[in-house]
Formats: sequence, C-alpha cells, structure tokens
Amino acid sequence: MTAELVRGQNHPLSRARLEIRVSAGGPVVAGAVLCDEHGRAAGPEQVAHPGAPVLPGLEVSRQAAADHRLAVDLDVLPEAVHRVDVLLALPSGAGGPARFGAVAAPFVAVTGVDGTGIASYTVTGLDSETAVVALELYRRQGAWKVRAVGQGYAGGLAELLTDLGLADRAHRIAGDVHEAVARGIARSVPAPHPAGSSDLLRQPAAPAAASDQGGATPHGAPGPVPPQPVPPQPPGSPCGPQSTPASGTPQPGRPADPTGPAAPRQPDPAAPQPGHPAGTGRSAPAAAAGPGGGRIDYSHPGRRPAAAPTPQPAAPQTGPDGPARPVAGDATGWSMDERLYNQVWGMFEDLARATAAYRSAVDFAESRREQELDKVLSDPRSRIGGRGDAAREAARAKHDQLVDRAREALDRDLAQLTAEAEVVEPALPPAYAGWDNPVWHGYRVPMELPMALRLGDLRLPESGGLRIPMLVRLPLERGLWIDSGRAASPEGMSADSGTVRRLAMDTAVAHAARLLAVHPPGEFAVHVVDAAGAGAPSLAPLVRTGVLAGAPATGAAGVDDVLTRLTERVDLVQMAVRGGAADALPPGLDTAAQLLIVNDFPHGFDDRAVTRLRYLADEGPAVGVHLMLVADREDAAAYGPLLDPLWRSLLRLTPVADDHLIDPWVGHAWTYEPALVPPGSQVLEQVLTRLAETRRSWGR
Amino acid sequence: MTVNMTKGQAISLQKNDGGTLTAVRMGLGWQAAPRRGLFGSRTREIDLDASAVLFADKQPVDVVFFRHLVSDDGSVRHTGDNLVGGAGQGGDDEAVLVDLARVPVHIDQIVFTVNSFTGQTFQEVQNAFCRLVDETNGQELARYTLAGGGQYTAQIMAKVHRAGQGWQMTALGTPANGRTFQDLMPAILPHL
Repeated sequence: MTAELVRGQNHPLSRARLEIRVSAGGPVVAGAVLCDEHGRAAGPEQVAHPGAPVLPGLEVSRQAAADHRLAVDLDVLPEAVHRVDVLLALPSGAGGPARFGAVAAPFVAVTGVDGTGIASYTVTGLDSETAVVALELYRRQGAWKVRAVGQGYAGGLAELLTDLGLADRAHRIAGDVHEAVARGIARSVPAPHPAGSSDLLRQPAAPAAASDQGGATPHGAPGPVPPQPVPPQPPGSPCGPQSTPASGTPQPGRPADPTGPAAPRQPDPAAPQPGHPAGTGRSAPAAAAGPGGGRIDYSHPGRRPAAAPTPQPAAPQTGPDGPARPVAGDATGWSMDERLYNQVWGMFEDLARATAAYRSAVDFAESRREQELDKVLSDPRSRIGGRGDAAREAARAKHDQLVDRAREALDRDLAQLTAEAEVVEPALPPAYAGWDNPVWHGYRVPMELPMALRLGDLRLPESGGLRIPMLVRLPLERGLWIDSGRAASPEGMSADSGTVRRLAMDTAVAHAARLLAVHPPGEFAVHVVDAAGAGAPSLAPLVRTGVLAGAPATGAAGVDDVLTRLTERVDLVQMAVRGGAADALPPGLDTAAQLLIVNDFPHGFDDRAVTRLRYLADEGPAVGVHLMLVADREDAAAYGPLLDPLWRSLLRLTPVADDHLIDPWVGHAWTYEPALVPPGSQVLEQVLTRLAETRRSWGR
Repeated sequence: MTVNMTKGQAISLQKNDGGTLTAVRMGLGWQAAPRRGLFGSRTREIDLDASAVLFADKQPVDVVFFRHLVSDDGSVRHTGDNLVGGAGQGGDDEAVLVDLARVPVHIDQIVFTVNSFTGQTFQEVQNAFCRLVDETNGQELARYTLAGGGQYTAQIMAKVHRAGQGWQMTALGTPANGRTFQDLMPAILPHL
C-alpha cells in the first residue's frame, strides 16, 4: 500500500531500485542533489539536472515536463552520499507560471521499478516559491528512508542550492539548469494541451516537452520554435450530453471538459510510460469531471479512496478570483430534465440554508446585545460617569459588526445564486418555466411526461429579487387547493372577495392548462365542475380551445354525473390493480390521468356528493385521478371538522403572493407566487390551440 | 503513516499562501471486538456516533448528529448513522463534513465528539480510530486511536475554531462518559 506522507513524515524504503514519479499541473524541472551526512553537496557534479541528467545511481529527465520519472538505485550511490534531495523547479522564461502557487500542487510518489507504490506526497501550501525540495531519501543506520520535505524557495533554484552548500556556484548551476531546459524546450514542439483550467488559460503554460498528442512530438525539429501559447479549446464542445436542444444555452468553461482533469497525465516523451501507476487515485479529478462528462467514473460516489492523495485537479471548481461561473444543468441526473430539476432543488436548499445562517447570526447578535445591555443596566458602577454609555455603545457596535458580516456572507451567497438563476431560468423546459419564458412560444406537445411541473415561484424576505421555481413532481401525489379565501397578505387584504375568487379561478386555469400542456396527447383529461357557472369567464380559454374532456358541469345534476363517472373509474381501476387484472378493464375506459377542477366548492354539493369528493381525494391520486379545488374554506364552515382531512390532504396554493409554504430543511415560511400568465399575453391560448391541433391530428 | 496528534496540540488550518482550509471531515471507523466465551464467534454490535456541536460565544447554537444530519445553515453535514461499524474495513464508517467557508459568521467553535451509543467502552471496540481529513486533498490532519481507550464511552475529539481570518484546529482528546453529545456538554464547556 502506498503511504500518504504529510510534510515532515518519513517512511522506510524496503528496496534499493526506485522510481520517483512526479506529476504537476504544468511543466516543471525535476532534479536531485546528492548530499553527504551533513546535508551538503560536495560540488556541482553532485547535482543531477536536465543539463547533467545522469549520476551514478541516479537519473533525471532532460526536460521540463508535467510528468517525470526519476530512477534511483540506492545500492549504486557512492558511500559518501547520505542524502538525496529531490527538487522541483519552475522553468524560467516567458509564458510559464511564475510561482508554484499558480499551478496545481505537485504530486510526488516513490515507487518500485514495477510501479508498486511505496510512498507518496502532495506538495501543498506553496505560494510564491519557484523551487522546492519535495522529498529527501536519506540513510539512517544503514537503512534508507524517504521523508516528505516540501521546503520551498521563493528565490528559486539558486537559493535552494545555496542552502545545500553550493553557495559559490549556485547561480551558475541554476543558470545551467535553465539553459538546458530552454534547449529542451527548443527541441520539442510546444503543445501543452490546454487543460481547460482557469489557471492555465490565464497564464499559458510554457510549452513543455510533454504533449498530449502521443508520439507526434517531433524531436529535433529544426531551429528554435518560439514558445507559443496554444489557444484554448472551444469550451463546452465535448459536452454533448448536456447540450440538449432544450437547454439552448452555450456552456462556457464547463469543468467537465474531459481533457481538463486529465492534463497532469501527459506522458513524458523522454520516458514513455508503460503502466502508469494505477494506484494514484485519479478518481478525484474524475469525479470533478462532473455528471455527463466525457469519461465515466466507476468509483463509488459516496466513498473516496482513503489512500493516495491526488494532485489538485487542474480545473478547480472555483478559480482564485471567485466562484466559477454557474452552468445550467450543473447537477446529477440521467437527463437534462432531471439535472435541471435537481439543480433547482439544490438552489432552493442553498437559499434556505444561507438564509438560515444569516437569521441565526442576526438572532444571536441581538440576543447577545440584549444580554450585554442588561448587564450594563444591572451593574451599579455603570451609573457613574460615562462608563455605562461606553459599554452600551460597545455592545451595539459588536451587534452591528456581526450583523454586517452576516449580511456580507448572505449577499455573497445571494449573488452566486442569482447568477445561477440567471443561467438556469432560460434553460428551463416549458414544464419548469414560467409563462413569461419564451420557451412557451415554441411550445410543442411533448411525447413523454416531464419529471416535474412549476406551480409558481418561491422567495424569502431576505432574498431580494431572487425567485426559486417551485417544482412539484409529476404525476401529482396530492391534489391542489387554490384558496379563494382572502389571504393574510397585504395583496390579499386589499382585494375584495369577488376579485380574489376570479383570481383563484384564473390561477386554477393557468395550472390546469400547464398540466394539460406538459402531458403527452391523450394522457391527461380535465373535467370541470362549476356548479353556479361563476367560473365561466376564467374557463373560457379551456372551453374555447376544446381541450376539456367535456363542457363544465353545472347544477346539482352535473356535479352528480361527473362525480359518478370518476368514482366509477377509481373503483374499476382499483379493483383491476388489486386483482392484478389490468387487462380486464372495460375497453371503453379512458386510461388517461384525470383532473377534476371544482369551482366554488361546496356550492352545488349535497352530503352525498361531498362524501364522494372525499373518496376521490383519498383514493384518486393512487389511480391517477386528481382534484383541484377552488374554494374558500369559510364557505364550507358548515361542515365543521368533517372536511378538515380533505383540506389537509390538498396542497394549498394561493392566487396572490402569500407566505404559507414551508421548506423541508429549515422550516422557513416561503412566499409563494403562482405561475400566472402575464397580463395581455396570448401564450396560454396559443399553447392550448397547439395542443388541440395535435390532439386532432392524433385522433384523440 | 500519519501524524498522531497529541492532546492539546493545535494545528493552524491556514495555508501558506493565505488561503485557508475550506473543508474538513471528521471520520470515524471501528469494528466490534469479538466476544470471548462459549459463543466466541458472535460479535456484539457496537454503535459509535460522531457528532459536531456548533458554538457561538460559548453557547451551543446547533448540533449535527444522527438525528439532525445537516446543520440548519448547511455547512456541517453528517454522512448518516452507522449502527454496527466495520463496513469501511479501515475506511470511515461515519463522517462529519464541515464546509468552513459556509459556516455562519457567529459560529466560532465546532467541537467534534464520539459517543458509544450502545454503551460499550472503548476497550471493547477494535480498530477504532477517529481522524480529521482535509477534504480538498484527502490529507489526514490528525488521527486518534480509540481502541484501548479505557473505561470511557465517549471522547471529545477536537475543536475547530476561528483564529484571525482562518480556522485553527486543536486536538482535545478528552475522555468522557455519555450516550449522546448532550451528556458531554458539561465536559465540553471547559474546552471552549
């Protein structure tokens, strides 16, 4: 097993012939210094570097590369050598990163010649350094050990060598090294494969010997080839699966670019690598490739391998300048639909939690201020002179400071979520989009049921302009209740009862139209009970386009008729399902899911009809019969608690903004705004007309 | 193969380049010790629980344990209760993940504890360890071995607390007794 070393830790070396494998985010120079028992190098001939790659028992590569393999034979080393320092340095010259802080942390592994891992170490925590002693192999009581050193030098190779006792010649050796590297660069064609990493794009890596294009590197190309940064690959192009037509948005800089995380794997042409160490745990970069990336990640998502740290992925999710740009569909799922659904719910949860963090910090700040003010008040000394005032002032300042910091954190989170919402909203398919989304203008009748339906928007008082789509799963698990009673919110209070009822029915029609539109033709039927005919103006679009299963039922007889038919259907399907004889259903039975819109409940309902409706509410959802009640609970007060279970079983929605929905994580009260057709817009009628046409052409 | 932290030792989670550690994980793994006697092959199941208590100014504000898997602000997450241990075979059976960048501003200390819910002392568990890992690169920051920990049913492992702009971790390693983190509160308070 490979031992993961941390800085300063050592590990015994059981064999003499070793390889030291280095992988870094970009080209680096690797070298080694042979030191005596005092940790000093006898002279420049004890330094193995690209200019002098072979020493007895030691060989390093001749070029700067992202991957190196150094060969060490401890038995062949001279007796006087007690320590071998393995060093890495950034190649000087144009184009390369100027400090280790700007590249991914180098990863160094000590392996046997067959590739079996012995010890590994990720050189983390580097910043302005340009040279670093990564490892040292040292002799202790006759046995060799390896120690993770990670000592960086901002002054570069010269300073490093000075430290090893080569003070007088350090600069010359360092010059030799860089000259040799420059020659090596000139020999090879520049083509560090663009890693898609923000770091590398911003600071085009020095053209390295390493190239991803396999053996295409022409060695000994005539004349010096000037280093030229390679233009970044058009981002997002390999992300085929994400770019479904539904999304319609380009996906810039997606980290799933399959070439991105693989960049450190570039083979070193000086030492073609058969059998790259498989145990170096590449799963973390692979996982970073995200859903639907070009490569398949077979590792278990829940369990990270404990062994073998990896070099930090070259394409970190967040660049040094702040969070990565959000991308629509940046979540897990099998389809774009599912990814967007999960992303929206992820945003919902993040907003809930970010707000919870803010609220708890503010609450805490307030309670602390109260406590401190109380203490000042009860302390008799504070009544003399200005001490009390000063203490009060201090308590208030502490409060304000904490609240400011909390607000800052919240604003940061909100900004990120808002940016995400800005890319997600335009990418939403019709079922998830608001009526004002242009996607509805290009509406086509779908061939399969979407995962979920947007019923409105959710927001919190703190969330500013940010709205989270409220998505509910389809098929509906519970009925809907559009509350036509006067809501507690200011908008609800100001409106008179008639207006609210009209609004409620409009909302119901908007939801029903949405449900109709997102179901494949013939798989959803809508019945309407409008006993008094009061909902006729709102129902007009549904009636006119002929998408209803029948004309709205009016009067007691109409109510009774619709309920009888639906009850019968529920009974039959239930029997068939329980008896396991689905094919025994009568041939004329409509297999579509049914929605019953009841306006002005309980108007026109007698006791028998109410009982039937409750039966439908209880048993219907399981067999595809759903309720949408447009009602004011006050109107049904005569029934007393009899109807309480009915109200509770329905999802309450309001025709105006109202804060009555609770999130499942923290329990905030969210303000719900129904998804309504913008005033003056014809989109609803257009969609329904298209639906009716498609149905006719399908003969359903 | 790892640093065994000593009691009271503090590690700064600040990196050299000024960036701070962004995510840490407290992992807990164990196996039940085989019982001696007539039915020697029968192992008694042992349920150890990892918890994290969030403090603001020495007042407990939130807790993450097997009945509340995510702190309200979402910054601290528990991977779920493991009732028997041993599943990881050396890996973590339970873990608490802390996203330090998201921890609310008023939380200044997070204390990690381990309890034996089934009441066995740490003498009866095998291969029990508790470790703190830098989630970003998988590096182990500290590790404790719990087995042979004496007649205790709980341990206050470590605390992560704010220091300047970043975070610092202090190993506590105080043994205690209790079924859940609530029983440990009196023992935790002196460490704040």
